[in-house]
Amino acid sequence: MGLFTFRGGTHVPHSKDRTEKKPIVNCPPPASVFLSMRQHIGAPSTVIVKPGEEVHKGQVIGQAGGFVSAHIHSSVSGTVKKIHNLKIMGVDTTVVEIENDGQETWHESVKRIGDASTLTSEEIRKGLADSGIVGMGGAGFPLHVKLSPPPEKKIDTFIINGAECEPYLTTDHRLMLEQTEEILQGARLIMKALEVDSCYFAVEDNKGDAIEALKSAVGSDGSIQVVSVKTKYPQGAEKQLINAITKREVPSGGLPMDVGCVVSNVATTKAVGDYFERGIPLIERICTVTGSGVNEPINLKIKVGTKLSHLVEQAGGLSDDAVKVILGGPMMGNSVDSLDIPSTKTTGGLLILNEKDARIDEPTPCMRCGRCVDVCPVYLQPAYISFYTLQGNLARAESFHPLDCIECGSCSFICPARRPLVHSIRVAKRQILESRKKS
Amino acid sequence: MELMQATSSPHIRAPETTTSVMRDVLIALVPTTAVGLYNFGLNAGLLTILCLASCVLFEALFQKLRKQPVTIGDLSAAVTGLILALNLPSNAPLWIAPIGSFFAIIVVKQLFGGLGQNFMNPAMGARVFLVISYPTIMTRFIDPVTDTISQATPLSLIKAASAVSAASGDGPDYWLGQLPSLKDAFLGFIPGTIGETSALALLIGLVYLLVRKVVTWHIPVVYIAGVFGLTFLLDGFDASMSLYSVCAGGVMLGGIFMLTDYASSPMNKTGQLIYAFGAALLTVVIRLYGGYNEGVMFSVLLMNMLTPMIEHFTAPRVFGTRRKGAN
Repeated sequence: MGLFTFRGGTHVPHSKDRTEKKPIVNCPPPASVFLSMRQHIGAPSTVIVKPGEEVHKGQVIGQAGGFVSAHIHSSVSGTVKKIHNLKIMGVDTTVVEIENDGQETWHESVKRIGDASTLTSEEIRKGLADSGIVGMGGAGFPLHVKLSPPPEKKIDTFIINGAECEPYLTTDHRLMLEQTEEILQGARLIMKALEVDSCYFAVEDNKGDAIEALKSAVGSDGSIQVVSVKTKYPQGAEKQLINAITKREVPSGGLPMDVGCVVSNVATTKAVGDYFERGIPLIERICTVTGSGVNEPINLKIKVGTKLSHLVEQAGGLSDDAVKVILGGPMMGNSVDSLDIPSTKTTGGLLILNEKDARIDEPTPCMRCGRCVDVCPVYLQPAYISFYTLQGNLARAESFHPLDCIECGSCSFICPARRPLVHSIRVAKRQILESRKKS
Repeated sequence: MELMQATSSPHIRAPETTTSVMRDVLIALVPTTAVGLYNFGLNAGLLTILCLASCVLFEALFQKLRKQPVTIGDLSAAVTGLILALNLPSNAPLWIAPIGSFFAIIVVKQLFGGLGQNFMNPAMGARVFLVISYPTIMTRFIDPVTDTISQATPLSLIKAASAVSAASGDGPDYWLGQLPSLKDAFLGFIPGTIGETSALALLIGLVYLLVRKVVTWHIPVVYIAGVFGLTFLLDGFDASMSLYSVCAGGVMLGGIFMLTDYASSPMNKTGQLIYAFGAALLTVVIRLYGGYNEGVMFSVLLMNMLTPMIEHFTAPRVFGTRRKGAN
């Protein structure tokens, strides 16, 4: 099988060597977890417990706020201490604080449901709505919604995304090596739910050991095809991965289902296996704590809701020159100004950079080198969008289609003049959407 | 612990900067500069130093007067200065250097907004300005082999050969017989400007630019191959004449270092292919059917001016649509 790839994109430094060979370590349970009601795209969940109430591990404490939403389950057993209303990354968020009693008592609802051979497609899709599973690659899109396309959208291709193209992060890599079978259990369940006979398991070719592990676990099962995709950023972006493997283009403004595809991240797929085969909802995940700003980078299995400061302690604490905290990877992650923030279902990485790695020079004039045009994986001309946005000429900026931008950051990364290209495209997007709302 | 303020992603950048790109261009120019100095000696060296110094100085002065940050550290003015020097005949008077530099930096670059805003290549603009203002000075070259002044470059000999009529005394062979060997033309031992004579040195520079990803193959390769191919097609299928056409004259210097100027060439690849082929066509048409024996200068400038239009018509199709990105 040849190497699949897409047009555009760029080569980013991997920086994965700090953790790629380190097995996953169980994070010591924190004294309390802080469960946000906003861990997914869609309506926030509604708190259904009260302070003082006793809860168990795996118990629903936040009810999905609608169809496009997901339940939140307690990741510890213990007592609800307080319901906080906090501002996290500028967004008002309800957070349930649960004091951990250390007993790890499971809730009665946690029990095996079945596997791909015993459950029907209907049962799997219905069951997922209670699993709390959302896209764990970063977007946090509720999985049951993704797997319930309207009847006119016929799904023929399911792709498991093991590209992990973000630098520094090694959670999917370690999962593929250490929990291969669990991932495949999930894959078979999703195939059943989608009623497709086969799926592609896409892994960047810089993770040869993971590709080997998967191939040997798949064995003679012809329904799961392990494919190497070229190591290139953003290979793991949903639209680019679909294009690499099927040559189809998700239409502008559309969803993968519009071209008959569903893509699910490795961690998400594994979570599906955990839920149906072991009854465990999404309450734990793997998180890489890494970067030049921590002393001992580490791959951790964490309870959702563990504070970032607790994770940093497991990584040997902050280095003396640590200055920047990023939730996720360096290309698309959000930087935050505090460690007093709880992790969520989508916290696959906690990257801390020291002064040297975090420094970005001041922008200089664009010399029109065209690198941003070369690397844009959706074929935009970032220099022009940025130029007209900064001029305040929104109509002209809009004619360059900023709304199609996937915000992968390749243009800003590559720009020799250090221009904040993707940032000005975000500004353009926001202004365009606001002006549309008004009219 | 002091945590930085939250900033927008991405949080890392590629190692290349404007300065490192310009430094790479300077490095790529080293071989041809060295051949030029070896060939032409002291006066060529003085012209080179003067062009470099005056370009940098004019940029600094202009920015000081306009109370703008002085950006000579990005090395772009030095690049313009060196390329301008390489475009001068080695025996030109020294005062030509500051005049050309003034035109390149002040008129073409700074008056239009500085780095990235010039609508034509500053050094090429200055060369055309000087050729029109001081035609005699700019078209008399030293023959590095005989060390004498000669107006007969390989290209002018070819022009003369094609212009002779049956009535005149000397046939085409008289002129073509004076041509230097192709080997000398390739290595650089022919009359020409300081930096245009050695195709080999210029190609070494091109390889360096390609390896360092400062330019892609699209513009230089299409241009040079285009001049060769079109000369072959339109001038009697003569492979050796076609080789002279790319080795002698400004095709290599212009195609590798001036046509590729970021600011005045299209950013998208389709546009670059059209732009480079258009320049090749113009060069060959001017040389074969026009009055000049050299066509690189005017073809580069003309294509520079067509760049906005080319970009308009070649805007890439947006992923997942049939729409063209506007321009």
